Amino acid sequence: MTAYLKLDHIDKIFTRGAATTEVLKDINLTIEKGQYVSIIGHSGCGKSTLLNIIAGLTGATTGGVLLENREVNSPGPDRAVVFQNHSLLPWLTVYENVKLGVDKVFSKTKTRAERDAWVMHNLNLVQMAHARDKRPNEISGGMKQRVGIARALAMEPKVLLLDEPFGALDALTRAHLQDSVMALHQKLGNTILMITHDVDEAVLLSDRIVMMTNGPSARIGEVLEVPLARPRKRLELATNTTYLKCRQRVLEFLYERHRFVEAA
Amino acid sequence: MNMPATKIEVETATPAASAAPVVAMTPKRPPRSEAYARMARETAVRVIPPLVVIALLTLVWELVCRRAGSALPPPSKVFKDTKELILDPFFDHGGIDKGLFWHLSASLQRVALGYSLSAIAGIALGVLVGQSVWAMRGLDPLFQVLRTIPPLAWLPLSLAAFRDGQPSAIFVIFITSIWPIIINTAVGIRNIPQDYRNVAAVVQLNPLEFFSKIMIPAAAPYIFTGLRIGIGLSWLAIVAAEMLIGGVGIGFFIWDAWNSSHISEIILALFYVGIVGFVLDRLIAGLGKFVTRGTATS
Repeated sequence: MTAYLKLDHIDKIFTRGAATTEVLKDINLTIEKGQYVSIIGHSGCGKSTLLNIIAGLTGATTGGVLLENREVNSPGPDRAVVFQNHSLLPWLTVYENVKLGVDKVFSKTKTRAERDAWVMHNLNLVQMAHARDKRPNEISGGMKQRVGIARALAMEPKVLLLDEPFGALDALTRAHLQDSVMALHQKLGNTILMITHDVDEAVLLSDRIVMMTNGPSARIGEVLEVPLARPRKRLELATNTTYLKCRQRVLEFLYERHRFVEAA
Repeated sequence: MNMPATKIEVETATPAASAAPVVAMTPKRPPRSEAYARMARETAVRVIPPLVVIALLTLVWELVCRRAGSALPPPSKVFKDTKELILDPFFDHGGIDKGLFWHLSASLQRVALGYSLSAIAGIALGVLVGQSVWAMRGLDPLFQVLRTIPPLAWLPLSLAAFRDGQPSAIFVIFITSIWPIIINTAVGIRNIPQDYRNVAAVVQLNPLEFFSKIMIPAAAPYIFTGLRIGIGLSWLAIVAAEMLIGGVGIGFFIWDAWNSSHISEIILALFYVGIVGFVLDRLIAGLGKFVTRGTATS
């Protein structure tokens, strides 16, 4: 197994005044190129903290993140993030939001016309080219998230980080967007790391599911391979035994062995 | 099972068929006159009530001040006394004997200069205080004390420093209008959502790009609130300051009219001061609306 993205003994301790909380403890994970990996766990277990550490938005207390064997500890477009609440800049149009990243990443390697074409190409990938001149408050939540995905993809990240990307969407929009992400992954072969708390979503989309124990001092409890062939079809999988078995495993982990205890 | 489906079909079919020709017709002719009529109606709804109130107030004023021995002139007398000033605002007989236009324009120039300086310095300081915790700890208490000093209290000090009326008036405008700009800008900067900062970090904007592409647009609604309060304060301060420094300017015009017992002229000047202040406020509000058009949080 060739490690593309490697999390090496990551600990994270938050200190507020005299009180310290150990959020993450000894996180080790290697991800291959082109893999789709989900991290699942109950809320408050430090999933988002872990993603922020990989993105470089937060520093690890000890340990580090290696991308292609080089340590990364500051944010950058090689680890583009799709944020949970889309985080589009409301004063820019859809086109300008995507262009913000493109202009920065390809300022030297692409001409102005090429950058424009690249922005439109990525908006086309998420089927949002028709809304290029709309502002974020003029489009629906699902559309905003699509633009968020386009913005991240347009930076040609080595790893695409999805922070509960479908969490704020209604069920139908969510399913639709999951299919889109699956199709994009199939087409572009990105390495994707997704945070989620939705078991079906994790099984449907991932090659591997990383299950985290409850915090404080959350660890990786179990890693499950999902040996389902791609492309995967939502309807066919509903009765697929492998799918159901995987789902069962994750559910058992989350609700039996590591049941969420309020204010634990 | 079949019933609802057919029902829906029928329901959608009929309006579509009957609506089609209407839709094709409407954009062509009738709307123009109709739109004008609606616009006229909407304008009337807005304009008539204040006009009625003004007419009533003028009437009351006329009745109260008409009696012999009244200290203040009634509106009819104000109009008679100031007819020349109203009809010819552009005369210039040298010195301070000028039309009202020149007085207002002199005041506006001072405000423009002082206010521009305070807008630039205020936004810059506000960004500093909003962005840096240490700048805030160091400067904020100072600002909170200084901003309570009344505008005119600064005038003697600035006269002593500048030894001239003109820069002193401008300084008073500056020092009066800067505080709300600083404080609102700082609040706006502090309230930039962490999400936007994260986006900037991932995209790797440099500090200058972060300032122009994230910070200023994100804080714009707050900044314009500060700018709007600032322009109001500076117009308040200029009239008072000009009364003391003399020369051409609407403030001194009022003071001069008082010294020559031309009460009617004072009333006319107040009217103009009010209108100009209102226009300035609308101007900044309109500018803010234009600049921040897409910034409503979503």
